[in-house]
Amino acid sequence: MLKCESLSRTYLSGGRELSVLKDISFEVEPGGFVAIVGPSGSGKTTLLGLLAGLDRPSSGRVWLDGQDLADLDEDGRARLRRDRIGFVFQSFQLIPTLTARENVQVPLELAGGDGAGAATELLERVGLGDRGHHYPAQLSGGEQQRVALARAFSNRPRLLLADEPTGNLDAETGGVIIDLMAELNRQLGTTLVLVTHDPDLAARARRTIRLAGGRVVADSGA
Amino acid sequence: MTAPGFVLRTAWRESRAEGRRLGLLVGAVAMGVAALVAINSFTTNLRDSVRQQARALLGADLSLTSRRPLSPRVEALVDSLGGCAGSETPCGATAFVTDFAAMAYVPRTTGTRLVNVSAVAGPYPFYGEMLTLPRAAWPELQRDRRAVVDPALLTALGARVGDTLALGEARFVVTGTLENLAGEVGLRSAIGPRVFIPARYLDETGLLGFGARAERQAFVRLDDPGSADAVAKRYRPELRTERVRIRTVAEDEEDLNEALARLARFLGLVALVALLLGGIGVGSAVVVFIRRKLDTIAVLRCLGATAGQVFAVYLVQAAGLGLAGSLLGAAIGVGVQQALPALLEGMLPVDVAAAPAPRAIALGVGMGLWVATMFALLPLLAVRLVPPLAALRRACERTAAPRDAWRWPAAGLLAASVVLLTIVEVGSARTGAVFAAAIGGALAVLWLAAWLLVRALRRWLPAGWPYVWRQGLANLFRPANQTAAVVLALGFGAFLLGTLFLVQHNLLRGLAATGGPQRPNLLLLDVQTDQAPAIAGWLRERGLRERGPVPIVPMRIASVKGRRVSDILADTARAPGSEPANAWALRREYRSTYRDTLVASEELVAGSWWRAADGPSAAISVEQDLARELRVGLGDEIVWDVQGVELPTRVASLRAVEWARFEPNFFVVFAPGALEQAPQTLVTLTRVEDPGARGRFQRELAERFPNVTTLDLSLVQREIERIVDRVSLAIRFMALFSLATGALVLVGAIATTRLQRIREAVLLRTLGATRRQVFRIALAEYLALGLLASLVAVGLATGAGWGLARFFFDDARYWVPVPALAAIVAGVVGLTVLVGLWSTRGVLDRAPLAVLREE
Repeated sequence: MLKCESLSRTYLSGGRELSVLKDISFEVEPGGFVAIVGPSGSGKTTLLGLLAGLDRPSSGRVWLDGQDLADLDEDGRARLRRDRIGFVFQSFQLIPTLTARENVQVPLELAGGDGAGAATELLERVGLGDRGHHYPAQLSGGEQQRVALARAFSNRPRLLLADEPTGNLDAETGGVIIDLMAELNRQLGTTLVLVTHDPDLAARARRTIRLAGGRVVADSGA
Repeated sequence: MTAPGFVLRTAWRESRAEGRRLGLLVGAVAMGVAALVAINSFTTNLRDSVRQQARALLGADLSLTSRRPLSPRVEALVDSLGGCAGSETPCGATAFVTDFAAMAYVPRTTGTRLVNVSAVAGPYPFYGEMLTLPRAAWPELQRDRRAVVDPALLTALGARVGDTLALGEARFVVTGTLENLAGEVGLRSAIGPRVFIPARYLDETGLLGFGARAERQAFVRLDDPGSADAVAKRYRPELRTERVRIRTVAEDEEDLNEALARLARFLGLVALVALLLGGIGVGSAVVVFIRRKLDTIAVLRCLGATAGQVFAVYLVQAAGLGLAGSLLGAAIGVGVQQALPALLEGMLPVDVAAAPAPRAIALGVGMGLWVATMFALLPLLAVRLVPPLAALRRACERTAAPRDAWRWPAAGLLAASVVLLTIVEVGSARTGAVFAAAIGGALAVLWLAAWLLVRALRRWLPAGWPYVWRQGLANLFRPANQTAAVVLALGFGAFLLGTLFLVQHNLLRGLAATGGPQRPNLLLLDVQTDQAPAIAGWLRERGLRERGPVPIVPMRIASVKGRRVSDILADTARAPGSEPANAWALRREYRSTYRDTLVASEELVAGSWWRAADGPSAAISVEQDLARELRVGLGDEIVWDVQGVELPTRVASLRAVEWARFEPNFFVVFAPGALEQAPQTLVTLTRVEDPGARGRFQRELAERFPNVTTLDLSLVQREIERIVDRVSLAIRFMALFSLATGALVLVGAIATTRLQRIREAVLLRTLGATRRQVFRIALAEYLALGLLASLVAVGLATGAGWGLARFFFDDARYWVPVPALAAIVAGVVGLTVLVGLWSTRGVLDRAPLAVLREE
């Protein structure tokens, strides 16, 4: 369902070309659970950005459900994200001026709906049914990430991308998040691709892709 | 697929939580809208009042006015218009009033005062009412030698109702005072309070002898008032040849509206300036806002919002806040409007009732909304370029955004908006363009100054200066500096206020210059030639210095460059009934003099002053603006009609005249030799220091020479100053809104970089800088910003003020009050430093980390 082929990304930095990703290729089947691991600066986050269509590769291609991202313009990719991709960030990235429920509603509203009912249901599912009217600042880190998870799943995405989802949480809270993600993956059949440093989280994945220096150095599913 | 529900809901939710921070935007718009609504509502009220009271102002359907006694032909015409032809006079539909200036004297109190006498015959006014105290005084005025007077006259003379009032040789009993006098404005009534007497005793006064200036008016009530304009149109050409002006209520209203509109337009411009300044405030508020919203925008993009949707969210939000500000401003404006009639009291010819003007309110709200949206548009464009990737990595903020092709259309739209708004406010495309160009020019110069400062500092910042100063000044050119934003906002505000101040100062100064310690302050008018030696002796007895006497010879133009005036006026090249633009100059009565020297208030600009009378035609010197009107130059011939005798003359020189100086100034000066034998009166000037002695002098003079009127120039000066004070108070009041907005803009401009300043300050503190050092760094930076902005602004204002004085107020002299300008500079610098340091408050006292967490 997600496929990338010969992905490369170079940046211009101080007049020199900096090669961050070199010739990355892999494919993830529907319902898969993949962890991308590797040291700092190995290109993990850049790869995630390319898979989500947040950034354009210097060369190579990405297909999502058979759709070549290169064929879409900026707004087309935004619509693709709205309809098929969920996001979880290391720093939660809840919109601070919206309540928990309103944060969860955003993807549904973007699709033209209202989503108040669905949002409440999703919050209950992550154990925050009674916190919907709270602002992010009134929630703990773990609670914020649970809201972020609810938001990521609100549009029933085919693919969930996560960037260090437990990176800003203590081990115990992180465990709760991992459990939730695994459960949602199982129940809804959502494909999970996450970038992580967390060995516990990586261990829960069914497949691990290891990056170093912008290249795939190991792929447990290949 | 644009999901309008999402856009509206998100816009609402986002502003709900940011209320306090967006207060700046709302406030900036509200101030300008308040000023606009107040002044435009007031103008509407004024117009309504003039319309309602116009008929009472004229007192009749038609008025006919002439400087000469009305000819039997004109009187017959008046009678036939009023339907009185053949009937006994006075007939019920016509009235005659003769106006002239004279000295009034109350024997009981020995008070003397120059007054404007109106000798009334017939049932004037036909419309409106002369309210007198007691009420019966006006209807019973005609019964005997009675006078109804302005209460101010009684105060000035220490007199009361029942006293005898002497006018020339006649005596009248004061039977009442005027409670309202429609159409009477400031200056005229202050120079000479009004005195009404029955016309049949006019001759008894003996005051209307040769050379006396009097205005004869006839008032007509028509059976069909609606036909007034048609009647006026029909008889105007004929009356013109008789030198009689005919006026209707509608024309009167139009003229009055035009005169009032000028002041209203100027105040409206001042209000518009406040609104535009507010627009700059909106711009900087939006810049700050977006900087705080980068994460949110990136996340929204990650979640699948398109760039257009996110842009729409924030544009809707800005417009919504603009609307809120506009509504708030409209409410304030309606309140302020109540204060304006009181502020302009004594300057308005009609009673103005303050009532909300729905159209003015709607216009103000619309303009506020428009300005907020347009000024938000430009910075909001950046929203579209926030990469969704920024949600994953902060570093993305720093990568330079690509050049946005929409910038120029947006900037063009903004410029067009400014022009359009000005046109809407002042109703003139030319003024709109000039105004917008001036604003654009000022902004360009300010921006250039900021740019130059940044360049100069980067290159020449002295390495030997103390660390804190170098650090503070270096902040002005570091990346993401606030130099341009603050200099533009601050400088623009200071520029506007400085210009207003300079214009006002120069207008006042021009008038104040007349009050020198050795200048004459009493003007003796209508002195007959045979009285001159007696008056000179009389002045000498009292130890008073005499200036003059200056001879005055009344005359008209008979022909210019060989063409008769009547031919020029009747030129068939024009539309029938219309007149050339210089008709007034051709037709007016000139009061010319003759002398062999130039006086202090005039300057030769062309030709040469005469040596001796030479040639067959007399040499004359013409005031330069009049020469332009008459289209004559050096050597051209003008033939004058001096009391029926034609006198050919030749233009020998042109003069520039300072009319603002209270001295006998003349359009035309003759070389000695030509006019000595012509019928003439004399004007003499003298100076009496003590106000009490001045009063006694006038009284004794009036007793001895009843036909001579004295004008107390210090009184005139005081009255002019009072009026100018009123106007400048109104202008300053409106400028207050600009000042308030300017302060908000300053806060906004400094806030644009507050976050960065705080991060830097915290970093410095972390690295071991003392509080004192951090404080000094900020001080250096804001001191430099304030100095640059205010100096450039004051320089610009000096230029703009000069331009206005030179081309708009037509005043060649220009004063730059250095201490006052220095005070403006000091004020702006002080304000900048204060707001700047206030914005770094908290950083100094608390632990660095706590500050960082909070922000």
